[in-house]
Amino acid sequence: MDFAFLSETFTALLAGLPLTLNLALTSTVIGLIGAMALALSRQSGVALLAYTAKAYVFVFRGTPLLIQIFLIYYGLGQFRPTLQEWGLWGVLRSSYWCAIIALAMNTAAYGSEIIRGGIAAVPHGAIEAAQACGMGPVLRLRRIVFPLALRIALPAYGNELILMVKATSLASVITLMEITGLASKLISQTYRSVEVFACAGLIYLVLNFLLTRMVHALEWKLSTERRRTA
Amino acid sequence: MDLYELFLGSGGWARLLCQGALLTVAVAAVGLLIGAALGIALAFARVSGGLPLRLMADAYTTVLRGVPDLLVIYLLYFGGSSLLSSLGNAVGATGFIGMPSFATGVVALGLVSAAYQAEVYRGAYQALPWGELEAARACGMRPALMFRRVIAPQVLRHALPGLANVWQLVVKESALISVIGLVELMRASQLGAGSTRMPFVFYAAALCLYLVITSVSGYLFLWAESVSFKPYRRA
Repeated sequence: MDFAFLSETFTALLAGLPLTLNLALTSTVIGLIGAMALALSRQSGVALLAYTAKAYVFVFRGTPLLIQIFLIYYGLGQFRPTLQEWGLWGVLRSSYWCAIIALAMNTAAYGSEIIRGGIAAVPHGAIEAAQACGMGPVLRLRRIVFPLALRIALPAYGNELILMVKATSLASVITLMEITGLASKLISQTYRSVEVFACAGLIYLVLNFLLTRMVHALEWKLSTERRRTA
Repeated sequence: MDLYELFLGSGGWARLLCQGALLTVAVAAVGLLIGAALGIALAFARVSGGLPLRLMADAYTTVLRGVPDLLVIYLLYFGGSSLLSSLGNAVGATGFIGMPSFATGVVALGLVSAAYQAEVYRGAYQALPWGELEAARACGMRPALMFRRVIAPQVLRHALPGLANVWQLVVKESALISVIGLVELMRASQLGAGSTRMPFVFYAAALCLYLVITSVSGYLFLWAESVSFKPYRRA
């Protein structure tokens, strides 16, 4: 076993960690806002909004993320003059922003289904009680529905977070040098794929392990009344 | 820009895209089958193996579910290719010998989906009514017969909804095999996009074909589910 090569590879790959984290975090935050908007549109009772949200989720969940990234990064280049006119070309020319947009739009679709499930699982009695106390729809959403739905949806959302960390690896296909991008470069330079794979895999595993611990801790923190009775 | 001419005219691109779509379905299906064989073995190890076997199966599912699939594909392609090249050099060939992309692709999809399928089969096995297994044993069935007559049919039935999820996952992941040059749907659309300079049209067309594949197969799985649950009462 060549420990010098392993540690060298490991440090080389760690250089990609900030970008991987950056991609995952930025797109998750933007995607979460989109997911809430989509979930609320589905529940809004306005047919046009509900159907648009449904179609959006159908398209983004039914197609590979890779083609979504290509459609945004390469595909929109076909309309370059128009986009330049609109002043959007600066953003859509950068592979970083295209990756963020694609990842965020993708996770918004999956996240909206998770949030919708959480909202649907809020006990009807709680909503009725809030109505009886005279809460308006916005206050009810903020104080009753969202906090309860968040707690119900959290375990499923934890899965989605792990999928997002793994999905950032696709950004390497549009030239971003995050962990997988660096790994593929190293593999094609050294042809020592097993060692490079082991190092890159270890980084992802540790990342995902920490993430699941954090979600568990958050679940524990949010379940105050269940802890009291237990 | 005449879309009809572009896709359906003489030398149009519809043919390549449709061939790509068929290859996507083929890669995903073979990958799912390889994954099923390995997944059943893994589930078996976790349910009734000894401690070392159980830990190994557990480690396998954790690693393969926690690592990006693109990395697995790179490992198999470059690892396999350098192995092939050194074997080739030993018998006198020179230079780089690449792994066949279809074989690499189906093995990669199989390895990854096995981790997911193992959990599906394990869950389905644990949903079996315990009394039925006891009854089978009391009737004097040997393990092989019990597996064939009692366990396998019911596990398959309970696993169907989970398998449908894995199938959708495998179809979408098969797009990643385009990076090692297999001309499935993703790569076919890349080729079209590159040589016509109309990337949006081609990627949008491929997107639609993926939607057709996932939604049609989704309905097929729903239908299979309703057929397989017919003799049962549902809540």
